[in-house]
Amino acid sequence: MSESTGDTRNTQLDELRRFTTAERWVHRTTSALMLTAIVTALLLYVPGFAELVGRRRLLVVVHEWSGILLPLPLAVGLFFKGMRADMRSLNRFGPQDRGWVWRAMRHGTGLAGPAGKFNAGQKLYAAVIAGLVVVMLGTGLMMWFTELSPLNLRTGASYVHDWLALAIGVLVLGHIRMALKDPEARHGMRTGWVARRWARREHPLWEQELKQEKNSEPGRPS
Amino acid sequence: MDKDGGPAGKPVGRRVVLGVTALGALGVAFGARIESGLNGVMSAISSHDPTGLTGLLPGGGGFQFYNVASSVPYRSAQDYTLTVDGLVDRPSTYTLADLMALPQTTLVRDVQCVTGWRVPDTEFGGVLLSELLRRAGVKPEGKALRFTCFDGVYSESLTLAEAMRPDVMVAHQMDKAPVTRDHGGPVRLYVAPMYFYKSAKWLSGITVTDRVIPGYWENYGYDVEAWVGRSNGRTDAPIDGE
Repeated sequence: MSESTGDTRNTQLDELRRFTTAERWVHRTTSALMLTAIVTALLLYVPGFAELVGRRRLLVVVHEWSGILLPLPLAVGLFFKGMRADMRSLNRFGPQDRGWVWRAMRHGTGLAGPAGKFNAGQKLYAAVIAGLVVVMLGTGLMMWFTELSPLNLRTGASYVHDWLALAIGVLVLGHIRMALKDPEARHGMRTGWVARRWARREHPLWEQELKQEKNSEPGRPS
Repeated sequence: MDKDGGPAGKPVGRRVVLGVTALGALGVAFGARIESGLNGVMSAISSHDPTGLTGLLPGGGGFQFYNVASSVPYRSAQDYTLTVDGLVDRPSTYTLADLMALPQTTLVRDVQCVTGWRVPDTEFGGVLLSELLRRAGVKPEGKALRFTCFDGVYSESLTLAEAMRPDVMVAHQMDKAPVTRDHGGPVRLYVAPMYFYKSAKWLSGITVTDRVIPGYWENYGYDVEAWVGRSNGRTDAPIDGE
């Protein structure tokens, strides 16, 4: 590895910086908590698994705490500049994002038009899963601390919790499937760096942006 | 404005987060009504589904399987025994056949879990707890009951007055069939007016005590007095009795 300067590093590989160390740790810890919550949920909910494993009290405690801790990595990550910058890019939808998901569903992500650092599908995934986690936390707390709410609200809470668990399962499976299809994206999340060629293909507007930033900084050693 | 939407882009992400949260809140508020409305549809679908996968969908009106031990305990109908002891004049042990020879009662009530799920109109058949206690003869100092289970872990409790109610039974039938192993068979407790954690599965022992000894979940903060109407914070009208 050669020395790295800012957002690019010039090796034979010609790589771009995609994720900071903080962001990668946020992703790692969040996914560990999410997978723990999902696995314990399956063992608590699916009769076949519940019969196999039993030990309800232990599973309940692990499930409750993996759920309640789920937003913590992101909250800590907000103390880091790179994390905040990417949260902003995920939040904001520009002109290139208009209709992107629709085109991606019809023609595939490769033909859906150029994307920035995150494409509209990634932005929507982030927002939907964030909203779902908020709801799962709220309804989970209602089932955890049963004295907080009357029974008819608890019935509603467990109904919502069960259905949204299904939605989260589908979304997370889709997320993992997309990652499995793209080794370079996985490499980016593992190391923080991605090949320029990949960025040009998958996130061309981001690649151009980094190039412009680099050129506009005069006197920088290359 | 930068190429990624930048500061000038629309904050769609935030709107989606807030929208999903609002929908979730609506779901909590009206979920109980939606669930009972869809119950019929869901059970109609699952009754025509040979794979049984739709039975796993939430709100099918089904039971959830709870077990606190490491494996599902098993007693055959032949091996099963129920012991009644403690502060009684005539301690005794019943086989399943003994229980079936006693006067039988059926109860049709909603099963209500403390976390919210509910199975409407479930029929339980068996022997009233009061009948077993009458046969055993509770001594004057007997004030409460402790229930133990052949999973070796679970336990429950009732006061003597609660145990004498006409909707508290030792059940060996559920929906006109023997109580299955998963549902706590061959014999389980059924305390109709209380949350379902009071209805101990795999019942093997009834001990009359001089005071209430809190049961398994009650040691983890659940109410000992688990009236569906009153306990665990509920203030609205109870489903049954009390």
